[in-house]
Amino acid sequence: MAINWFRFSSPAAFYPLAGKLVPWFAGAAAVLTAIGLYIGLVVAPTDFQQGEAYRIIFLHVPAAWMSMFLYVVMAGWSAVALGYNTRLSAMMAQAIAPSGALMTLIALTSGAFWGRPTWGTYWAWDARMTSELILLFLYLGVIALRNAIDDPRRADRACGVLALTGVVNIPIIYFSVQWWNTLHQGATVSLTKAPAMASIMLTGMLIMSFAAWFYAIAACLARLRTIIVERERGAAWIAQLPEVKAIA
Amino acid sequence: MTSFFAMNGYGFYIWSAYGIAVLAIVVEILLIRSHRKAVLAQARSTASDAAPDPLAATE
Repeated sequence: MAINWFRFSSPAAFYPLAGKLVPWFAGAAAVLTAIGLYIGLVVAPTDFQQGEAYRIIFLHVPAAWMSMFLYVVMAGWSAVALGYNTRLSAMMAQAIAPSGALMTLIALTSGAFWGRPTWGTYWAWDARMTSELILLFLYLGVIALRNAIDDPRRADRACGVLALTGVVNIPIIYFSVQWWNTLHQGATVSLTKAPAMASIMLTGMLIMSFAAWFYAIAACLARLRTIIVERERGAAWIAQLPEVKAIA
Repeated sequence: MTSFFAMNGYGFYIWSAYGIAVLAIVVEILLIRSHRKAVLAQARSTASDAAPDPLAATE
């Protein structure tokens, strides 16, 4: 089992690997989404307190988890890129930002459409919602900062520093429901307690979470491949790719 | 079937939430595809610029 994993830190080696992985992750995401939505929208029983409105949970919680998780992964790759000056790690961070912003947007909008029937308002400036909105601004800030800097290697460093600074917001989002008195409810599922929900509902939510994971991996890898071609286009191996040679 | 979509009166909220998510994901996929097409076209022109030009010798 002598796989040299460092080989894949080279864009030229990782590009074809990512290309092979994308369809598998995308396919797994599609299957899991179909199963998860069937459980969530059809099989799971009506909630005794919230009626049918709670069914937004199967979208809201996985998207909210992913929004935070992707930020941590993006910051992690940014740290590797800053520390070791590796191009691929910085490209990885670059590829994650738009998917993170997407998950944050879904968490916020699904939350708004859940809040209206259950709390009577689409939006409140409580700690959970405000910190999640700040997360969206952090993602948009990282994307905008990159677009504002022409030299990609300088953009890597600037975005890396911004992404790492923003990590402070993640524990604030996570613990906001404990630290402050929020309109948003506390955690339904945590690592330390038994989940406070029926098992079929939990099953649906976990399946949707894995679907969100696999979708995000597929989208980030697909975007990463595009970024690699864009940034390495002067390299000889790019010119030799069948998809580049096809017409040229 | 109608009752499924009505969701006991919560249909508007549930389908709006899911609808926006589906729309956002479709937009993301289309953006990645169009960006990939543009980048591949760019790489093609870079590659053909770098390749020796057969007409260059005649000048």
